[in-house]
Amino acid sequence: MSEAAGAMTVGPGLEPEIDSELDASRRKFLTAATGAVAAIGVGFAVVPFVESWNPSERALALGAPVEVDLSKMELGQLITSTWREQVIYIVRRPKGLVAALSKNDATLKDPGSAESTQPAYARNEMRSRTAEFLVMIGYCTHLGCLPKAFFDPGDPVLGAAWPGGFRCPCHGSRYDMAGRVFDGSPAPTNLVVPPYSYRNPTTLVIGSDSGSTQGAA
Amino acid sequence: MVDGALPKAGDGTVASKGGFWGWLNKRFPAESFVRSQLLEYYAPKNFNFWYFFGFIAIVVLVIQLVSGIFLTMFYKVGAATAFDSVAYIMREVDYGWLIRYIHSTGASLFFAVIYLHMYRGMLYGSYKAPRELLWLFGMVIYLALMAEAFMGYVLPWGNMSYWAAQVIINLFGTIPVIGGGLVQWIRGDYGVSDATLNRFFALHVVAIPLILLLLVVLHLVALRQVGSNNPDGVEIKAHKDAKGKPLDGIPFHPYYTVKDLVGICAFLTIFALIVFYLPTFGGLFMEGANFTPADPVSTPPEITPSWYFTPYYAILRAVPNKTVGALLLLIAVLAYFFLPWLDRSPVKSIRYRGWVFKTFFGLFTVSFLSLMYLGMQPAQGIYVVLSRIMAVPYFAFFLLMPFYSRIDPVKPVPERVTFHG
Repeated sequence: MSEAAGAMTVGPGLEPEIDSELDASRRKFLTAATGAVAAIGVGFAVVPFVESWNPSERALALGAPVEVDLSKMELGQLITSTWREQVIYIVRRPKGLVAALSKNDATLKDPGSAESTQPAYARNEMRSRTAEFLVMIGYCTHLGCLPKAFFDPGDPVLGAAWPGGFRCPCHGSRYDMAGRVFDGSPAPTNLVVPPYSYRNPTTLVIGSDSGSTQGAA
Repeated sequence: MVDGALPKAGDGTVASKGGFWGWLNKRFPAESFVRSQLLEYYAPKNFNFWYFFGFIAIVVLVIQLVSGIFLTMFYKVGAATAFDSVAYIMREVDYGWLIRYIHSTGASLFFAVIYLHMYRGMLYGSYKAPRELLWLFGMVIYLALMAEAFMGYVLPWGNMSYWAAQVIINLFGTIPVIGGGLVQWIRGDYGVSDATLNRFFALHVVAIPLILLLLVVLHLVALRQVGSNNPDGVEIKAHKDAKGKPLDGIPFHPYYTVKDLVGICAFLTIFALIVFYLPTFGGLFMEGANFTPADPVSTPPEITPSWYFTPYYAILRAVPNKTVGALLLLIAVLAYFFLPWLDRSPVKSIRYRGWVFKTFFGLFTVSFLSLMYLGMQPAQGIYVVLSRIMAVPYFAFFLLMPFYSRIDPVKPVPERVTFHG
């Protein structure tokens, strides 16, 4: 069997019949070159189809920062907003619960938020710019359900030792009042803090870092 | 039905015959196909109850294709319209409720049938040589079916649809490095949204059904090459008569076509009973939370997937670590692919296996059913503990198989097939 035929073998014992030995090397070269060009073509053809699945320009444009009025929030209240199709939790925390946060450190997976996602100004024990308002993306870092608020310490469902926080209904991950995940939860990291700032002391801007750092009701 | 006036084998070429049959066969290999696939395709004569499910699976596939095509005529894809159009189908389209219940019941029964079909393969060692590729095609069909079922579940855009999409897509986020970007690419937005629903519709209605049909053809072609296994796990091709016909084989038609028709009648009776009297099956086939529209700011109090995914879901939830949980889920699903190479036993059928294999296989059966139940329960307390316990025999069945299947005290396998009552 000729060299060229060998290059075009379909399978064992399936060599095509090629009589001439004359242009074997040309045939081999042309086959390889055609194959290479075809492979490049397939590569280019795949790109637009794969790229079409990315968020569209419209979806990206709708991801602009959103403003939330905080002036009517009660102490201990959780309100939700949406930014970039994601649920944002905003909690106005009573001082007592903030002061008690450090007691949780020993039972947390990531008390210092070293492994978690947040802007630099929220990488602290409170996980926020200011003690009063906690701003987080509401999705559990396990598989994205919305943890429910259990803010009362010693909640009957979660036991006397419960310091107050969140519990995910899907797979039971638990978080404290700063969105920090407790040991024994399937969630790997603390709840994500989005970039945020304050346009004025009672107007929160989610999605923008560049406003005032101070919020107060 | 096959034409009763077909020429008998060996009485000359079909092409020389007159009439429409002769005209057709000069242009299309109808007769040779019927002969090779039905009249002269020999299947073992000792098939039992377990051998109904392959044929029933094909019938369910057809039911799903037909009912699905009609649903797409009334369903309006889009986050703003999907939920209302399903209500429209249920309330205002003539017999729309029936078509939708047929499709939803068909989805659940498809899995019931496929699980029984797979269990048959495990009972009688049908995955062992020379049927490894047949088994692998079947397993890829199972994976495609899981994707098809998941995406179909999302289309009504109820609240369970939405949060199921959220959770399942987020599973891909556990892949290191590319996970985050991959999740956004699958969703097509910053969250599960209209873009996600639209692409799932395209995949559910066009892409995956095409792939499924191709895979079924490959599965059947591989089956025709190696022939069916049987409850004794002996090769009928080893003993042939002078004409080359297997002594323990009978033609697929009329013997098994008639047998399968009986099975189909029984199956369709059950199917109709569910469609008319138990379409939600007490929340197992359709969940209450999905009768409220998708609400991105409210997770249903308890998220449980459809019953056919709960064994794997229970394993995912049993692990207090996201990456390990997702990895174990993946292994739990993919383990079946490796059965042909994990099983080192010299016998195929459970009839001739020893007590060691039977013990592991029994424990596997119990663990699969237990995990199925546990995956439907809340993710807390005793249910999580039991899930962890039951996951052990599940994985042990696969991981230890290379060892226990080799030391298993097997019984002698007969030369020819047998009949047990």
